[in-house]
Amino acid sequence: MIGKPFAPVRAERRTDVPLTTQILARGLAIALALLTGGLFILMLGHSPQAVYASMLTGALGSATARVEMFKLAIPLLITALGITLAFRMRFWNIGAEGQICLGAIAAAYFALYQPHWPAWLLFPAMFAAAALAGGLWGAIPAWFKARFGTNETLFTLMMNYIALYTIQFLREGPWKNPQDMGFPKIARFAKEAQLPRVLGLHAGWIAALVLLALVYVYLRYSKQGYEISVVGENENTARYAGMNVRRIILRTMFLSGAVCGVAGMLQATGADRTLTDTVAGGVGFSAITVAWLSHLHPLVMLPVSLLFAVLEKGSGFIESVFGISAAAADVLQGILLFFVLGCEFFISFRLIVARKEARHG
Amino acid sequence: MRDAPRIPDMQAQNPAIELRGLTKTFGPVVANDRINLAVRQGEILALLGENGSGKTTLMNMLSGIYRPDSGEIFVQGRPVDIRAPGDAIALGIGMIHQHFKLVDVLTAMENIVLGTRDDHQATRRALEQRIREISRRFGLDVTPEKKIYNMAVGEKQTVEILKVLYRGARILILDEPTAVLTPQEADRLFDILRHMKADGCAVIIITHKLGEVMAIADRITILRKGASVATVEKAATTVRELTELMVGRPLDLAIHRPPVDDPKRLLDVFSLTVLNAERVPALRDVTFSLRGGEVLGVAGVAGSGQRELCETIAGLMDKEEGAILFHGKNIEGKTPRQIIEMGISMSFIPEDRLGMGLVGAMGIVDNLLLKDYQKGRGPFVRRAPARARAKEMIARLGIVTPDTRTPVRRLSGGNVQKVLLGREIASGPELLITAYPVRGLDIHSSYTIYDLINEQKRKGVGVLFIGEDLDVLLELCDRILVLCGGEVTGIVRPQETTKAQLGLMMTGSLRQETGVGA
Repeated sequence: MIGKPFAPVRAERRTDVPLTTQILARGLAIALALLTGGLFILMLGHSPQAVYASMLTGALGSATARVEMFKLAIPLLITALGITLAFRMRFWNIGAEGQICLGAIAAAYFALYQPHWPAWLLFPAMFAAAALAGGLWGAIPAWFKARFGTNETLFTLMMNYIALYTIQFLREGPWKNPQDMGFPKIARFAKEAQLPRVLGLHAGWIAALVLLALVYVYLRYSKQGYEISVVGENENTARYAGMNVRRIILRTMFLSGAVCGVAGMLQATGADRTLTDTVAGGVGFSAITVAWLSHLHPLVMLPVSLLFAVLEKGSGFIESVFGISAAAADVLQGILLFFVLGCEFFISFRLIVARKEARHG
Repeated sequence: MRDAPRIPDMQAQNPAIELRGLTKTFGPVVANDRINLAVRQGEILALLGENGSGKTTLMNMLSGIYRPDSGEIFVQGRPVDIRAPGDAIALGIGMIHQHFKLVDVLTAMENIVLGTRDDHQATRRALEQRIREISRRFGLDVTPEKKIYNMAVGEKQTVEILKVLYRGARILILDEPTAVLTPQEADRLFDILRHMKADGCAVIIITHKLGEVMAIADRITILRKGASVATVEKAATTVRELTELMVGRPLDLAIHRPPVDDPKRLLDVFSLTVLNAERVPALRDVTFSLRGGEVLGVAGVAGSGQRELCETIAGLMDKEEGAILFHGKNIEGKTPRQIIEMGISMSFIPEDRLGMGLVGAMGIVDNLLLKDYQKGRGPFVRRAPARARAKEMIARLGIVTPDTRTPVRRLSGGNVQKVLLGREIASGPELLITAYPVRGLDIHSSYTIYDLINEQKRKGVGVLFIGEDLDVLLELCDRILVLCGGEVTGIVRPQETTKAQLGLMMTGSLRQETGVGA
């Protein structure tokens, strides 16, 4: 043998995996994840079955648990939908956190200062203001990208911090609740300015499902959705076809930010009932994982964000029940995600193991 | 540093590389069916075949990207197993791919040593010395310190060649190396190949250009539908025989030129000056006119302003000075959208079809929608009529695709071009601008394209044909405009000029205008 082994194992891209195999592979990944996680739990000195079971009961076992779980899923789903609009255009919007904050700030203004408005006016106003604020926040980096070719990843990321510190500024200054003597806090929203409940859960879930349908139809069937795909795949071809690329980038990022802004409004008025600096709380980043895990497909985002919420709620629950530290619960979450994400690699690639002795012939 | 593997004398009579019964299947598709071929040292073998005949699959097996299902590969008479690109390099097999694999921001030298152990150990001076030595031996012309992004296509290819020679390759495989070269650059490449041959290297050149085969090859192996159908000596064959072997049936190689009737003024370009991104004039004072029902060819060395000419007329680039009149209406400074809104129907087939003109990740249906998705009221795209048009187009132009939704970048070059040309012709243009429409296409597809162009001409469409093969320009066009450094050095009738004269105009040493007004 003259040649020496160069790569004992290498990956080859494949696109021919049948759907049933894909589902099977993902199921297998989850099983392996549970097994590995189980070993980890054993090492911590607990029974895996008990911990897993209470993760499930913690997330799904009672009506209250389910409500809490759905509360986590709502902003995750909406934000994932929002960033998908930008990601389909290959515009890496890492600024969902900031756009959520801006939406929440805009909604909070009406909740704090105009709570006496009739509900039919107040909620649409909050909704519109949140969408506008989030949208404009998203359009700023888009404008710079379209005009000067700036890098949107850094730009959107940095704008998160501006948004976050704006909330802290409002909390400690202009919007500080005078009734709270010591700790700086923004007042709880008046009852009239809190999102009504439908079926025991704040009405945000209806908005989430409506947005899901809208984004799906928009991307798949609308002319603007088609433009997004063309610009994302090939800007030269878009110009060639007479598309106004700058306008499309601006418009799409406005919409992306607007959807994230709405997530912020729903979180503040529905779940938190006030404006806090944890209104986004990392959702803007988790949503990126949700969007990629769903292959940027809106309909798939519903189960994926629910799965994320179950995991999140369940690990919170085992923390209190078993006294497992938050860090260990995060490790468990990480193990599960590792396997599920890893399995996507095996679905997209085929591994080829080079054997030393074998030669076909 | 590594030396080229020495060839033991006892094996000198063995072919440098030999394939016996090599077979590769992808699912139900047999890409390579029991292929046999052999190349001796100091020999140039042409591997001739149309698109889809299995040339690239074969190459990928030799470079360790795919593994054969069955069959054997012998190097210097010894059976070998090529599992990975590193194996191929260790065996002295060097690949020159059609799409260069170079790091743009590095210099030629950095690219050449990249990935070898030498990039840590040897001094710059020693490396440069070695590179110059190889360059001299094979007649290569490379400036080691020049950055890749400053290089013309021909120079980049030279770097690729130098890269594999530096790694000690004695068996060189070139995949359609002239597809991106000008005639002059191609000649230079052939000189390099002759040097290699004289040095005892074995060279395989994969191509479908018969002219090249006759110019450079010693022997020719013809692939058809995945099988090696024949191997012939160049001295004992003709272009006609090769075509028949390749296509599988006799083919008429003449290009027709229907006469221009009913000439109407269509496009007038006056004193057009265009600056490129570096604010250097890419076009200077270009004036010409194009009539309906006429094919105006544009000849010139690559980078003489052809791309700028096309893109300025199509509204994708701004002019500095001058005017472009379409039916007497000024269209310069207008965007593509504004030109469409003026009711002007113009089609532009750019040279890099997947880079501009088509969306590679989309299927035929969505690509057909590209220019008229705005048609029809309401916010939604209408895909049903496009789907019907796609099916009709696939049938009419014989496009080979598994499905109308298969991403077009997975189709072969000829089929990609048919999708683009088919879409543009279907839009019923008055002016058709085509840049290198047959680049990368096999004979059969090329003739389909010439036929389509003549069909448009008969309908009264004015065609601006940017070409590179002077023989084709002379046969197909009614007039030929020659560009040199962004200036018009001649507008001539093919009947009144020769290839040599065109060549002189392309280098600016001759100016001639015989066919200006007519």
